Amino acid sequence: MRLVVAGHGPTAHRLIETLVERGFDGTITVFGEEPRPAYDRVALTSYLSGKSVDDLTYRVPDGVSLRTGVKVVSVDRAARTVTTDAGYTEPYDVLVLATGSAPFVPPVPGKDLPGCFVYRTIDDLDAIREASRDARAGVVIGGGLLGLEAADALRGLGLETHVVEMSGWLMPRQVDEGGGSVLRNHIEALGLTVHTGAGVRSIEAGPDGRVAALVRPDGEAVDAQVVVFSAGVRPRDELARGCGLEVGERGGIVVDEGMRTSDEHIYAVGECALAAGMVYGLVAPCFAQAEVAADRILRGSAAFTGADMSTKLKLLGVEVAQFGAMSGALDVTYMDPVAGVYKRLFVSDDATTLLGGICVGDAGPYNTLRPFVGRPLPGAPSDLLFAGAGTTSTDLPDDAQVCSCNNVTKGKICAAIADKGLTDVQGIKDCTRAGTTCGSCVPMLKQILVKSGVDVGKALCEHFAHSRAELFDIVSVRGITTFSQLIAEHGTGRGCDICKPVVASILASLGRGHILDGEQATLQDTNDHFLANIQKNGTYSVVPRIPGGEITPDKLIVIGEVARDFGLYTKITGGQRIDLLGARVEQLPAIWRRLVDAGFESGHAYGKALRTVKSCVGSTWCRYGVQDSVGLAIALELRYRGLRSPHKLKSGISGCARECAEARSKDFGVIATEQGWNLYVGGNGGFTPRHADLLAADLSTDDLVRTIDRFLMFYIRTADRLQRTAAWLEGLDGGLGYLREVIMEDSLGICADLDAQMERHVATYVDEWRAAIEDPDKLRRFVSFVNAPGIPDPSISFETERDQIKPVLIPLEAVRS
Amino acid sequence: MTILNETATRTDRWTPVCSYTDLLPERGAAVLVGTMQVAVFRTFDGALYALGNFDPFSGAYVLSRGIVGTRGGEPTVASPMHKQVFSLVTGVCVDDPGVAVPTYPIRVTDGTVEVSVA
Repeated sequence: MRLVVAGHGPTAHRLIETLVERGFDGTITVFGEEPRPAYDRVALTSYLSGKSVDDLTYRVPDGVSLRTGVKVVSVDRAARTVTTDAGYTEPYDVLVLATGSAPFVPPVPGKDLPGCFVYRTIDDLDAIREASRDARAGVVIGGGLLGLEAADALRGLGLETHVVEMSGWLMPRQVDEGGGSVLRNHIEALGLTVHTGAGVRSIEAGPDGRVAALVRPDGEAVDAQVVVFSAGVRPRDELARGCGLEVGERGGIVVDEGMRTSDEHIYAVGECALAAGMVYGLVAPCFAQAEVAADRILRGSAAFTGADMSTKLKLLGVEVAQFGAMSGALDVTYMDPVAGVYKRLFVSDDATTLLGGICVGDAGPYNTLRPFVGRPLPGAPSDLLFAGAGTTSTDLPDDAQVCSCNNVTKGKICAAIADKGLTDVQGIKDCTRAGTTCGSCVPMLKQILVKSGVDVGKALCEHFAHSRAELFDIVSVRGITTFSQLIAEHGTGRGCDICKPVVASILASLGRGHILDGEQATLQDTNDHFLANIQKNGTYSVVPRIPGGEITPDKLIVIGEVARDFGLYTKITGGQRIDLLGARVEQLPAIWRRLVDAGFESGHAYGKALRTVKSCVGSTWCRYGVQDSVGLAIALELRYRGLRSPHKLKSGISGCARECAEARSKDFGVIATEQGWNLYVGGNGGFTPRHADLLAADLSTDDLVRTIDRFLMFYIRTADRLQRTAAWLEGLDGGLGYLREVIMEDSLGICADLDAQMERHVATYVDEWRAAIEDPDKLRRFVSFVNAPGIPDPSISFETERDQIKPVLIPLEAVRS
Repeated sequence: MTILNETATRTDRWTPVCSYTDLLPERGAAVLVGTMQVAVFRTFDGALYALGNFDPFSGAYVLSRGIVGTRGGEPTVASPMHKQVFSLVTGVCVDDPGVAVPTYPIRVTDGTVEVSVA
């Protein structure tokens, strides 16, 4: 194999080194534009403080043909050749583009004057050093990571140094405003001048035609004979554009998980590549990309699916670190302006999961805490700020807002627990209103109770001392078929709006009859009770199943006719189906009759059940597709339709790595590969978005289906009430590794059981709408008024908006007064 | 005197609304009395309750479609819209005692459920 590499920077070097180390047996030809071999660009500044070019230069592996000072100027994809600026043509079997990036120079008047530089290459540094000999002062435009590096260099060259940063604080990509202000104090203490929130109006020349000053937008001139632009970089994708490869809207050569471009013979790595939706500028992700590309060239299946952007560095003597997310539902902040220390941790809304952190002045927590990002906190956040992992004695500060809907602080909740002797979440809700609106802080309320010394147990509600998972086991093992039996033998009272739907869901998951059979009907939320979704004016919406989003013209026409005949509002949903809104209860059976007669069935939009399996167009039509995503989506949607679960289930199937079906935002998502299917689990949109984790790669269709079967059944057995797969997976002791052991290696010996349960579900599925319209007993419930079955609810009325109906709402204030 | 008169009037104005067997145990149903919407409930033990069908939190006539249960032994219904719980006995919202819905007398006569809304 003849491998050609365009570009010779650190990423290209890592690719070549990896290939040679792993025994690549073809020829490698590298064209580098700079007059020297690749060198360590991260350590560039040390060149000015005395390191030699040789110190920084990487050793080129034996057998590699490197041509320095030569630039590839065009690619002929049909002939598989590249042409250099010297007019030389080289054939390739595989081409790797590693062209890096170019510094972005904003269009400021005077930007091309002698004395203006960028900060990227050894040649740039030589020029800056030369210009600094006769200079008093220098300005760096850009206060990011590289800008501060450059400022350090100018300071080292003896210049009075200014940093101009457009945003409100330094290093805005790594630290927040608080961290930025502490960082600024450090830098100013070193004698540098920092201008934040400041742009540049122009750069002015002196009588000698060289840079003399920089003028700020407010007209103030800053004395400077050297100006260094460090305002970000742009991917160098011109070679790719020239030969018609796909590039991102904002630049960058589009590559798949294997770093392959839209031409299967061409890879792109490093700062020129748009990988996993991003252009990566840090060295670690670029090296990871180089290794993935090398592995693929060697016929491996490594994948680059994004990288941790965490950074820890020492700049101008100051430690700066950032890891994970730079925001979160809750945060804990420590700031000591005197010592110049700023530390902030971000945690999830229930205060159990570390989301990220920012450190300035003391990067101590970085090493100990970075591994816990996305995992349960190893201790109380405030302790972690100081000691790192390993302490658990304290908790969130009292002024941390726990319930943001009702503005309730932790202090207020603790006071209520202590003063009123509260023992359960309901008590906290009653006393403080915390958790009464959106409910997302309820898990945290439980935690605060526990921390306050209250034994909350896992009680579902006042009627059951068991968790949902325990009730599932009881119902399953004891063969219980009714709520009455369960509550008589294992609970107290007559249930409520919390435990009844949970038990209804468990009975349904275990295939104990139609959800409206006998007593089960009384357990259901109104949506399940009427097999439709209640809307704000008391009407319902109807969503027929459209598996995989595939529908015939005839069926589309039926939906249109039904909507027209019943006067319904229609909207296309995000799950690739059609919602028909505004139906009164007494209209529902007639609507279903029409839909069922035309071959439709319930889409379970109303249930905590499988909703849709979304798909892209797939390999049947799409020129990029590698598998039939539509066919798989339909098969999976039909397999899991009607499956009741602790919360709704969504899925997506993408036919290639471009991921048009957004599978990684789903509870279970599948992305096609050349070899089969990659299965991702635990994704979520909504309140706390989460990308799904790769559970298994390159599965055959049979293996895929079996793995999803077990994943779903294990989730249904063990999750809490209303816990989506994302939260369940994050709370699972042992996480993804444990899940893999249970459902792929059968470490608990339950796989045969899970398989059988799913087989039973598939074999006993019936359409709930059809079962309802064929049963006169069930049909009798579908009236607005039991004493006036023919009369529609007079409180429901509509007006017209954009040619469709819209509910007329009853003014609430008037009624409540 | 007025009060006595009113009580006498109310008990005189019983309106038959449905047969007792039309009501599912532990579920409600809406009935129309004149222009008023009443939510009638039959609990597990066979007792009957009647509340206004209007949910003051959502502004929709939906209370009859809520889940019936108990809170500390007191029979309740949870609004199907945003789950606020109301006592079937007093109409007071358990989660927000400043809010209440009206309650109405209800009885069974010869297997027919009757409510009084006058």
